[in-house]
Amino acid sequence: MITVNNKDIEWIEGETVEKLLKRLKYVFPVVVVKINGEIIPMKKYSTTIIPDNAEIDIIPIISGG
Amino acid sequence: MHLNSIEGQLSIIRNKLSNKIVGIAGAGGLGSNAAIALVRTGIGKLIVVDHDKVEKSNLTRQYYFLDQIGKLKVEALEENIRRINPDIEYIGIPRKLIPGEMEKPFGKVDVVIEALDDAETKTRFIEEILEKLPDKPIIAASGTTGYGNLHRISTKQLGNLYICYDPEAKSCEEDILIASHVALMANWEADLAIEILLSEEI
Repeated sequence: MITVNNKDIEWIEGETVEKLLKRLKYVFPVVVVKINGEIIPMKKYSTTIIPDNAEIDIIPIISGG
Repeated sequence: MHLNSIEGQLSIIRNKLSNKIVGIAGAGGLGSNAAIALVRTGIGKLIVVDHDKVEKSNLTRQYYFLDQIGKLKVEALEENIRRINPDIEYIGIPRKLIPGEMEKPFGKVDVVIEALDDAETKTRFIEEILEKLPDKPIIAASGTTGYGNLHRISTKQLGNLYICYDPEAKSCEEDILIASHVALMANWEADLAIEILLSEEI
């Protein structure tokens, strides 16, 4: 089990940040992701594997300013 | 002196802020409005980076005037700021932020405000500041479109990163930008900056 934005969801072994974002249907191309206190840069989404029991925050960054 | 009065409190706050530097990336709807709020509150120095010129369409939400169309935003903003406080230290940098060295103008500021437009540029900027200036508080905004639904907006804090965030807002390609709403997010960013700057000195 992992938590994303304080909600429990299933942990999938070997899942990367990129795959998790796809699974959760994040439609914005860019997001800020923090796993267990550490901010994951965009370029590491495809190689960062999510550990079990991870606490994850995902904040989409939306155009406009 | 009347240090216990409200006026006294305000003068203590203005005095503290007069030694502080805020860096703002972008002088559009977020950046221009945030800058004005910071100047009125008494910030000592602003560093603003933006390469655009004022266009007529900007006047619907950005802090510029008809007679400033065609001017560089960083220069038009300086004019407007100096009409409020002629003594403020102001550095306007009319350049595009270059990926790989986006943090460079902000090395000496106390707080960075992200006030950019495009989502990818915003994210890249946030990442570069977090990576290269890890001790620097950075304030960003995500979800500036539409109007109303103010109960959805909150501040998300991830370490040194503070995001004024509306989780249900659409991007500016899909929804309108309205002066009242954009200025609200800008002032939210400015208010967070003031909160962070004043909390540093207890």
